[in-house]
Amino acid sequence: MSYPLTREQYLDLYYYMQLNRMLEERMVRLFRQNKIVGGLYSSLGQEGVSVGTAYALEKKDWLAPMIRNIGALLVKGVPPRDIFTQHMAKYTSPTLGKDGTSHFGDLKVRHIVSPISMLGDLIPVMTGVAMAGRYLGQKIVALTWIGDGGSSTGAFHEGLCLAASQRAPFVLILENNQWAYSTPVSRQAPVKNLADRAVAYGIKSAIVDGNDVVAVYQATKEAVEGSRAGDGPRLIEVKTMRMRGHAQHDPADYVPKEMFEHWKARDPIVRYEKYLTDNKLWDQRQKAEILARIERLLDEDQKFAEESPMPPPELAEEGVYCEGCHTIAADWKRSKQEVTPPNCSVEAVWKVENFGGLEPEIPTAKEVAASGSNGPPGSARSTVKNSGHGAIAPKASEPLAEKPEARIPFGRGPKDKEFRQAAENRSYGRNPREKSFQKGPQGKSFGTNSQGKTFNKNSHGKPFRKSSHDKPFVKNSQDKQGGR
Amino acid sequence: MAAITMLEAIRQALFEEMDRDPAVVAIGEDIGVYGGAFKATEGLLGKFGPERVIETPIAETGLVGAACGMSFLGLRPVAEMQFIDFIACCFNQVTNFVAKSHYLWGAPVPMVLRGPSGGGVHGGPFHSANPEMYFAHTPGLKIIYPSTAYDAKGLLKSAIRDNNPVLFFEHKFLYRRVKEEIPAGDYTVPIGKAITRREGRDLTILSYAAMAHTSLEAAETLAKEGIDAEVIDLRTLMPLDKDAILASVKRTNKLLVVHEDTRTGGIAGEIAAIVCEGAFEDLDGPITRVTALDTPVPYAPPLEERFLPNAEKIVAAARELAKY
Repeated sequence: MSYPLTREQYLDLYYYMQLNRMLEERMVRLFRQNKIVGGLYSSLGQEGVSVGTAYALEKKDWLAPMIRNIGALLVKGVPPRDIFTQHMAKYTSPTLGKDGTSHFGDLKVRHIVSPISMLGDLIPVMTGVAMAGRYLGQKIVALTWIGDGGSSTGAFHEGLCLAASQRAPFVLILENNQWAYSTPVSRQAPVKNLADRAVAYGIKSAIVDGNDVVAVYQATKEAVEGSRAGDGPRLIEVKTMRMRGHAQHDPADYVPKEMFEHWKARDPIVRYEKYLTDNKLWDQRQKAEILARIERLLDEDQKFAEESPMPPPELAEEGVYCEGCHTIAADWKRSKQEVTPPNCSVEAVWKVENFGGLEPEIPTAKEVAASGSNGPPGSARSTVKNSGHGAIAPKASEPLAEKPEARIPFGRGPKDKEFRQAAENRSYGRNPREKSFQKGPQGKSFGTNSQGKTFNKNSHGKPFRKSSHDKPFVKNSQDKQGGR
Repeated sequence: MAAITMLEAIRQALFEEMDRDPAVVAIGEDIGVYGGAFKATEGLLGKFGPERVIETPIAETGLVGAACGMSFLGLRPVAEMQFIDFIACCFNQVTNFVAKSHYLWGAPVPMVLRGPSGGGVHGGPFHSANPEMYFAHTPGLKIIYPSTAYDAKGLLKSAIRDNNPVLFFEHKFLYRRVKEEIPAGDYTVPIGKAITRREGRDLTILSYAAMAHTSLEAAETLAKEGIDAEVIDLRTLMPLDKDAILASVKRTNKLLVVHEDTRTGGIAGEIAAIVCEGAFEDLDGPITRVTALDTPVPYAPPLEERFLPNAEKIVAAARELAKY
């Protein structure tokens, strides 16, 4: 499904990408002038990801940026002065100078959750945001980003596991910029596409060219609306490239020069300018106007930031606890009656479909052996049922199609006759590589029915409905965008 | 009115708060159909349904993070650790995300993280811990560790209504061992207020949780020997009731701190510093500690008994202190 954009929206995407880049260019200058207090992390070359993803969100939706998602904050309506003041540790910054970079949020108006430096932790937090939004009937989607590096964390796994089990309206953008500090993706994970991990959580995924802002927008929009409609969380891998070091101090000498050249030829802004021109979406006058508008805004906001004071020292002591400074009230978009007894009451019993066995019923070992196959060809997915739990392990006396090779553990060589004899007499179950064993019965794949539990009475939100594990869809920007 | 256990008091607090406010939700492992490892949430799912009693995979970082995220939208989640030892699995989420949100970017996190803690039940090194001081050391968290059914109920209610993240430690040794009659209606116990369990003139014994009971037992023994000990139950470790501590020390001039947590870095050291700073000239003897050993909690009963403080150890230390 394609989500058409108006001419104004096309120009919006350009505006935010350029604003993102020009803002960061100015901050590099400020950094060199020693006006940035801490580190400066560049998102050069990744503007299409931040802008394209955030642009797919509605105003009511929530996001939590990572360090290289300043573009997303701009799309959400954060003024550049907030970015300047944050980096310069000014009292006028959203955190009053208590934290820097993109580490700030806005619970009330823009619905932004502040990141922390520990990677992956936003994933469970934004899952909670999504769950709370659904509970309150707000119909929101929560979105956050994770890098290729951060996708190795335990929090990534726990968060996606929880989001998937809750079918939370949550979208995770896996921003694969090829480098986790100095470590390339190939040294982090032996998978071709990090999006493949979605299969393990039973959620849908997509892969998109991160330097094609329209493709990023389209893929994210589709995921956001699918997730909002109750389709569960989504994972989108965007392939892009970090065109600078990890931070300003890092010259990134470890990146092959040719790699920079490869990606430089695919610069998201240059590409998008060509796209706008080719599709007659603008003219040079409009481009000049946009750039002038950005310069004016940045001039003004940079001046504001440079002239702002540092925080007063005594501020360090304030604000550890909320001592009545906040009024906490949820924004209910559904009747509280629905979640108040007796309306919310259920019969608290589990129902375990098929008792956790194979569908439609567990074949006996004998049947399996007799048929030579435990499922017709053409199963949705070939699955090897691990015999480790014993339920369907063939008996030792039953014939196996192929004798597994005896495993020789460390310290006991093949010359150990007694051991070898014992090993050969032992059954290891079916050889998992044996083709006939990989098919599920009745054309159904094993393990697709992951929930296996329903409540007798559950009238709201359907958080526990059975999931259908569709194939991950792979999106090719060329298909959508007419041969750019 | 019949006497109820501390466990039942906690369960009542959860029921009553969820009944009172639909923004209160429970989240944790096995808290639904099973009712929680110690049955503290028994019946909660049936009454409030799966949207409000959220069972999660075994993912402490996941569920604590989710509770934090829920609180950003104005909910008041109560997250359960099956055993408080497992809070180590979500240490980063608690100390870096939850605790710092308000200070750094003005986002209050009105969540409660509760779970069974403490030893004396032969739970072994991973089911007996008292990890409160990791978190007392983390600005932004409040820490409650009650010793009675009345306090457990009233403090849990206060914790749920508080705008800050509160860690609520429930001593599992006390769960079914302490019983008392508690008032029928809604009541709360203020966070950050210690209570004097026994008044005395000769020395002050400061303690909390299970050791508050052990300290009282020791005080009765000491009374027979003519040593009149005051016993104060801290109830809240963060914020600490410094006024109550100093006032008592100024009266008795001698301080003995007892805790089940290990010795080094336990709250006793912090209290000793507070008293030195605020009542040094009132002291007639050295501030004395009776604590667990600086070891993991061992499993075998003779080892665990050696590890834990008990009434005899307290009495012995108090006798020495009383000589000054």
